Amino acid sequence: MKPNFDQFKLRDAKKAKKILKKIEDADEKIKLMHVCGTHQDTLVKHGLDPMLKKVGVEICQGPGCPVCVTTQREIEEMITLAENGKTVAVFGDMLNVPGSEKTLLDIRSEGGDVKIVYSIDDALKMAKEKDEVVFISVGFETTIPSTANVIKNGPPSNFSILPCNRVVPPALEAIMDMGEIDLDGLIEPGHVSTIIGTEPYRSLSDRYKIPQVVAGFEPLDLLLAVWMLLKQVQEGRSEVENEYKRVVKEEGNVKAKKLMEKVFEPTDVRWRGFPNIPDSGLKLRERYGMYDARDKFSDILGPLKDREFEEPEGCSCGAVLRGVMKSNECTLFGDECTPNDPVGPCMVSREGACNIEYRYR
Amino acid sequence: MCLAVPGLVKNINGEDAEIDFGGVIRKVNVSLVDVEEEDYVIVHAGYAIEKLEEEDARKSLEVWEEVMEAQEKMQG
Repeated sequence: MKPNFDQFKLRDAKKAKKILKKIEDADEKIKLMHVCGTHQDTLVKHGLDPMLKKVGVEICQGPGCPVCVTTQREIEEMITLAENGKTVAVFGDMLNVPGSEKTLLDIRSEGGDVKIVYSIDDALKMAKEKDEVVFISVGFETTIPSTANVIKNGPPSNFSILPCNRVVPPALEAIMDMGEIDLDGLIEPGHVSTIIGTEPYRSLSDRYKIPQVVAGFEPLDLLLAVWMLLKQVQEGRSEVENEYKRVVKEEGNVKAKKLMEKVFEPTDVRWRGFPNIPDSGLKLRERYGMYDARDKFSDILGPLKDREFEEPEGCSCGAVLRGVMKSNECTLFGDECTPNDPVGPCMVSREGACNIEYRYR
Repeated sequence: MCLAVPGLVKNINGEDAEIDFGGVIRKVNVSLVDVEEEDYVIVHAGYAIEKLEEEDARKSLEVWEEVMEAQEKMQG
């Protein structure tokens, strides 16, 4: 059988125009936030955001880019491991994120063993030939189950991970709690929700009376999600609705969720641009502690504990990640800060708001 | 980084399966989902994270109808 992917695509221009017209007729000014680089990519690539702005809908990208929200401390940890002879296996987006003086790419050009991987399984394979392999575990709920799977299966003793994972719902709560930005609705990330389901968003709707819609990544998915949110606003509802029913089940991927819980436990962690967010990070449970690079290489990483790491001077990634500043409002954007010579991670990662803005406009 | 793309399961061998992404075949870990050969899956970072069914594809259209057409009928 040859695959037919067209059935999963939603790109009917007629339907798109129809929704836009309805949104326009609703005559409502609303501000929405999504937390996913892939949503931002769809919005910008297909030119949806200026179209939506014209009909009264403003959408910003919040802290939805796992690479962007890593802290300077974590980047310094990755660099320190590579400088000290460990094989560092990392997703490509992380390579060019500036640390306090260098990037992982710099370390590689100086002879450090920094490897780009597509999946944690690639990193695991390296452990057969290498001395010590550290997988840099960056990613939201979409990525975390794959890490959990490898750890549960008992990797070799020369394999470890540097946990830099974060989970989305506590960050949404932080955005609402901080109250810096007045939002009328949240577009929830489709592939994070594929794992966690729709339930974890409910307490947000209850507490903050904010409408939420889980959305897919085709242009029509996003337009439909905007329309669903607009209807909630107009009808005074604050519910969690699911636009991406073809993938996201209410209960999520139960197998993946159980695996995550078995291997990891929640911990408080900082996000770039945010204070400490309770239970928004993950650490390995005690029985898997031997795979935690922070413990295993405490002799190397320990000295970083007492140091302070400043974010790059003039960089507004924090404000962009909190949704209070647009990429092109940053004074460095496109001038001092470009994908080839980035200052902050939002310009490095292909999921970062600044990188997307620079690439398409 | 949460980009995930659909693929078609060809051969399954334990935790791994060969997945057809429209001509390009890649090995993908399928331990997070219950799938058989010729099932569609959605793949992220080398792992299938959910099964896609043709019936599920129709669900998008159902949502569309619920949200758009039903309202028109009511108004009509």
